Amino acid sequence: MSELVRVAERESALTPLGTEMVAALGVEAVVAFGELTLIAPREQIVSVMQSLRDQFGFQQLMDVCGADYPDREDRFEVVYHLLSLTRAARLRVKIQTDELKPVPSVVSVYPSAGWFEREAFDMYGMIFSDHPDMRRILTDYGFQGHPLRKDFPMTGYVEVRYDEEQKRVVYEPVKLAQEYRTFDFLSPWEGADYPAPVLPGDEKAGA
Amino acid sequence: MADGNNTPARPLGVTVDPFEDYEDSLTPHARAMDDRKFTINFGPQHPAAHGVLRLVLELDGELVTRVDPHIGLLHRGTEKLMESRTYLQNIPYLDRLDYVSPMNQEHAFCLAIERLLGVEVPYRGQLIRVLYSEIGRILNHLLNSTMQAMDVGALTPPLWGHEEREKLMVFYERACGARLHANYFRPGGVHQDLTPELIDDIDLWCKEFPRALDDIEKLVTENRIFKQRNVDIGVVSKEDALAWGFSGVMLRGSDIAWDIRKAMPYDCYADMEFDIVVGKNGDCWDRYLCRVEEMRQSVRIMEQCIHKLRNCPGEPVLAEDNKVTPPRRGEMKRSMEALIHHFKLYTEGFKTPEGEVYAAVEAPKGEFGVYLVSDGTNKPYRVKLSAPGFRHLQAMDWMNRGHMLADVSAILGSLDMVFGEVDR
Repeated sequence: MSELVRVAERESALTPLGTEMVAALGVEAVVAFGELTLIAPREQIVSVMQSLRDQFGFQQLMDVCGADYPDREDRFEVVYHLLSLTRAARLRVKIQTDELKPVPSVVSVYPSAGWFEREAFDMYGMIFSDHPDMRRILTDYGFQGHPLRKDFPMTGYVEVRYDEEQKRVVYEPVKLAQEYRTFDFLSPWEGADYPAPVLPGDEKAGA
Repeated sequence: MADGNNTPARPLGVTVDPFEDYEDSLTPHARAMDDRKFTINFGPQHPAAHGVLRLVLELDGELVTRVDPHIGLLHRGTEKLMESRTYLQNIPYLDRLDYVSPMNQEHAFCLAIERLLGVEVPYRGQLIRVLYSEIGRILNHLLNSTMQAMDVGALTPPLWGHEEREKLMVFYERACGARLHANYFRPGGVHQDLTPELIDDIDLWCKEFPRALDDIEKLVTENRIFKQRNVDIGVVSKEDALAWGFSGVMLRGSDIAWDIRKAMPYDCYADMEFDIVVGKNGDCWDRYLCRVEEMRQSVRIMEQCIHKLRNCPGEPVLAEDNKVTPPRRGEMKRSMEALIHHFKLYTEGFKTPEGEVYAAVEAPKGEFGVYLVSDGTNKPYRVKLSAPGFRHLQAMDWMNRGHMLADVSAILGSLDMVFGEVDR
């Protein structure tokens, strides 16, 4: 069976399920690429998850992650991926938030959310309320900032090395041996958008 | 089994404490000294920590009362890096997650891109992908199940396991040129076809491997020490396995017959005949048994792939849509069109339509998912790599509570950890 047929089959199975959820939970539903997405209000996420687990049989929470859209009013999205073993179906639930509005933690419904929410906080800095153990998880001890935000530079701010004289690891501001370059190939006729470095000797040309 | 309270052991059959009416003669100071709670650091340089795991263990004597895993020592910011590279440039990053079975991760990423683009993979391409995914599964299980034996004191099994892994890595090398970081799967198929000799050699290996596996099993499975250290250790109930988001062997070991290859088949898994292996008790020993039996099932799938590959020699292995897949080298020498396509694909890359997908595969360690958000450009807007090891390691705390200190490494061994994917 080809993949396109599978996607079409899944969409025809998920569309009525989505309508049912819209009626029962007061959420918005979208079906695209053979996947069902619910857009839920932030405050009700715990009760939505509770009924998705108990009424609709989505037993497992496989993933929680953040996403950053700086142009939006509520810049962050929190995306939950659920799996139902009995229906053999997946479901995505999305909510929106910003740096200040707290997201109710779903640890009480799905204990596996614990580390995922810690990771989302670590990477994006959105706040989860009622989380039993909210600490950073992946970044260094004492790390500052939230690296997956779109305004966080790819190179970061500090670098570490072992200092032979002080006999310990030291943190220093990042020094790049070569400037960080991004090639934007979206238009092949215009060059990359960064100031070209002045080649040695060229500074005389302007004078 | 340890139940967490500290009553001193009594001789068998004695129900009354003979010292019950004795007055406790300890001074307050001695009683304070008797408090045996302390905290120890396990790793990150511990050989049984399976990489760079730091566990902060709170102990009461030898009983574990709390485990706090500190992860992130191998965090490389893969997800951030992927946001600034084109889709084709991103495939090698997937190899570096679970570096024990690299192609299985590439598989998930390629499936996600294909779903966004609506690209069909030719059947021969699907067969090669399934064949190499199963090789990856055996690579992983050979390492893990024998390392689980090493975690409880055996040295020979990993050596024997590595001998077989070595042969499989040669197959990797002959298909794509690299032993570990393959970069072989592409959106739309695989990079190159396999030679008939390579297919013959894999077939020969499939015939020899079950005997090598029998030998390893003879060393480990019924070994008295191995069983004493693993049976009834780290028991996971069905409810816990579901609630904590377990997948793969961790779920099947607890008697839940769930396998993405069967339940939501991708590529040509629907045409393959194999059995889902489940455990009965959900302890460390059951998980070991599941892995061993899964290797035999993988060999079954590989044999079917080889049979089908021999029936379709010379068919395309990569979709022939030159807006997504590069043209063949020979074609580029003759056709200007092909040359332009090649240039465009390796500079700009292809663009995906706007949208988001979550593609998951049954990786050897469990469900490996890729959540891909596209904004319509040539680079992903957001990639979330959902690794099975991350979900499983979270369970270290409650799985270890009430166990002895020595069981920590046995439980960790049965969780099948690789820190490339946990820390990303």
